[in-house]
Amino acid sequence: METLEQIKSRVEAAVAGAQLTVVPNDSPVAQPSLLVDNAHAVAVAGFLRDDPELQLDYCSNMTGVDWPEAELTEKIKVKQVVDGVEKEVEEVKKTLRPGCLEAVYHLYSMAKKHGPVILRLRTENRADKNHLPSLTPLWRGCEFQEREAYDLFGIVFDGHPDLRRILMWDEFKDHPMRKDYVEPDDYEYEPTPHDELVEKVKAHQAKEASV
Amino acid sequence: MDQGLRSELQKQGVFTTTLEEVYNWGRANSVWPLTFGLACCAIEMIAASMSRFDLARFGAEVFRPSPRQADLMIVAGTVTKKMAPLVVRLYNQMPEPKYVIAMGACAISGGPFKQGYNVLKGIDRYVPVDVVIPGCPPRPEALIHAFMTLQEKIEQQKLTGPHRARHLDPDAPSEFPVPVYGEHDLVPPKNPQIWQPPVVQR
Repeated sequence: METLEQIKSRVEAAVAGAQLTVVPNDSPVAQPSLLVDNAHAVAVAGFLRDDPELQLDYCSNMTGVDWPEAELTEKIKVKQVVDGVEKEVEEVKKTLRPGCLEAVYHLYSMAKKHGPVILRLRTENRADKNHLPSLTPLWRGCEFQEREAYDLFGIVFDGHPDLRRILMWDEFKDHPMRKDYVEPDDYEYEPTPHDELVEKVKAHQAKEASV
Repeated sequence: MDQGLRSELQKQGVFTTTLEEVYNWGRANSVWPLTFGLACCAIEMIAASMSRFDLARFGAEVFRPSPRQADLMIVAGTVTKKMAPLVVRLYNQMPEPKYVIAMGACAISGGPFKQGYNVLKGIDRYVPVDVVIPGCPPRPEALIHAFMTLQEKIEQQKLTGPHRARHLDPDAPSEFPVPVYGEHDLVPPKNPQIWQPPVVQR
């Protein structure tokens, strides 16, 4: 199979205006992925599916990722002139990473027996602009998985044929797989509390005592 | 009638008993469970009812497909919060006398999923449980042991007096409120009439 860079340049030639970024992966897996802009996502995915070289006809997995807002610290070495002598000084650089929700698609080709090509789609933020285009019209297998991502992460897929909750009940309001999910306070009976559970049990008991 | 006189009479070919004993003997040996499995424990329950372990020896061979014909609900597996109201509704639809076996760590307490967001922390929060089986999943022998424990319990139930069986007490509730799906959790999260957190002794 072609490298992701080759795929990227071919997609950009085929789909006018598509903005693709190769997201590197520095873990031992070293599996880079393609970040696609939302406006052209369906066109790009359609190209990947129908291109005779790639023929990515199978979406094996679709999942969500929650990226909360985070302050990233990075140590960089800066050359500074101290008392007329040039020295290397370490500086801590802080950057604010905006939060977003991400949908990740793993695409394989049954015809060509290759893969995966990993697609990423990102929402603008985690609160109100949480819409993404649905790829269910292209790969029918995404239907339940996109419903699951909607249920547990709160990503709204535009163009999905039947976007309802799939695991939790319809009246449920939260999205349990988000990092800031607060679970219901039902720690009445924990015979062996340990780790973080100790704090939760103490908080529950304090609340019970105050009532 | 004391035991000595009874065995003496039995030697002479006279068999004496009480109505309570005959009634309980009959009930204990024809407990029909509900065909109702929720997770992996159900596989062990199925194994227990098949020829190798053969729950039929204890009079429980007919797993009923309808709660209206069942005496025993074996809560076999993880009770998710989405499933819990349906479990309570099935229990309510069973005719008295009815019994519940909570099978496996999940049905007792939530088990390995106890700190999850979607699993009920024990079915005893909503329906009264007669026998609990620890294990993950319990072996069929454990289910048979629980079943025999339940039979002993049935045989010791009184028909009259203040300690009579629950189904003979007109004041004891036969149905329990079905929780509704709330915005964050089941409402109510537990039935305080039948479940209070046990006091932990340290």
